[in-house]
Amino acid sequence: MTDTPLPDEVGEGPPIHLPPSISDVEPVLSVRTPIRLEYDFIPSAAAQQYLRAYASKRILGNRSPVDGAVFVPPRGVDPRNGVVAAEMVDLVDRGHVGSFCVTHLPIPGRKDLPVPYVSAWIHLDGADIGFLGLVAGCAAADVRIGMRVRAVWKPDAELGATAENVLHWEPTGEPDVPVAEAGNRAWALKQAATGGGDGA
Amino acid sequence: MTDQDVTGLPPLRADLVIEYPFIRTTGPVVGAFLTGLREAVLVGIRRADGTVMVPPVEYDPVTSEPLSEVVEVSSTGTIVSWTWVDPPRPGSPWDTPHGLALVLLDGADTPLLHGVLVDSPDQVATGLRVEAVWKSERVGHITDLVGFAPVARDTLEGS
Repeated sequence: MTDTPLPDEVGEGPPIHLPPSISDVEPVLSVRTPIRLEYDFIPSAAAQQYLRAYASKRILGNRSPVDGAVFVPPRGVDPRNGVVAAEMVDLVDRGHVGSFCVTHLPIPGRKDLPVPYVSAWIHLDGADIGFLGLVAGCAAADVRIGMRVRAVWKPDAELGATAENVLHWEPTGEPDVPVAEAGNRAWALKQAATGGGDGA
Repeated sequence: MTDQDVTGLPPLRADLVIEYPFIRTTGPVVGAFLTGLREAVLVGIRRADGTVMVPPVEYDPVTSEPLSEVVEVSSTGTIVSWTWVDPPRPGSPWDTPHGLALVLLDGADTPLLHGVLVDSPDQVATGLRVEAVWKSERVGHITDLVGFAPVARDTLEGS
């Protein structure tokens, strides 16, 4: 590791010379530049199948035909090997926190998401990559890598073919997965044990 | 992947919106251009060779030197290239068909892209002399400039 020297001072560039017409007025310092994109989303065939199953509290993944890695949500391909991954597998709604982020700044327009909130890669049992979700049901400060969690689903009447069926993931109280075996490390360990190649 | 099309149901679809309410700090050079717009004045920036770029940029595009001399240019100029927009795009500053032109302002060496406020493409031409049309209430934004309108009986050939 090398030390990167800090600059002695922040460069400010040359002083800006203004014409008389704007030199004695209050300068504009900021500008509003909102952006907005409206689009029709049509999920891929694999995602359609996934969303319909998700509406009945089933979580589907894809198994790679190359090395058996299980991806969730399924995309219909193994992107590492550039091959179709048609095999669907059912996953359980339990797993562990592979990595997480505690956010203290609110998102404008998301009054349903009070801060601090915890977003996490949930590594479902049987899956080899993380599944993005919120962790709740405990203090943000108590969330940790390896913590076992289970899905808290919306009431059945509110389920639909959307990504919003799991409200959040809550601690199960089971013993943690050791950090050295949690998250993407699990796949690396599995590959090392079988003499395999690159990680998922 | 027809083997995954197992439902026989019509495809799912959703109308989605992504929206970010950005507020951007301008720095002194872009800030000077926006300050000018609020004051109904157009400004550019002078390069080492004396040419003037409008809108002003912070660094010389050829030499990469920082630029610092903001200069006022005319609110009148000449159309050097244009197209016709009909209908206006959703979210456009204009709600009627309009021209979109590169306008070389007098005193500038690079053209500014903005709207041309005429009723039909017959009224736009390369070489047409135009002048800035300002909003009455200005806040320091490019939309303070409503667009450019033809200068009466004043073409490049005739001026």
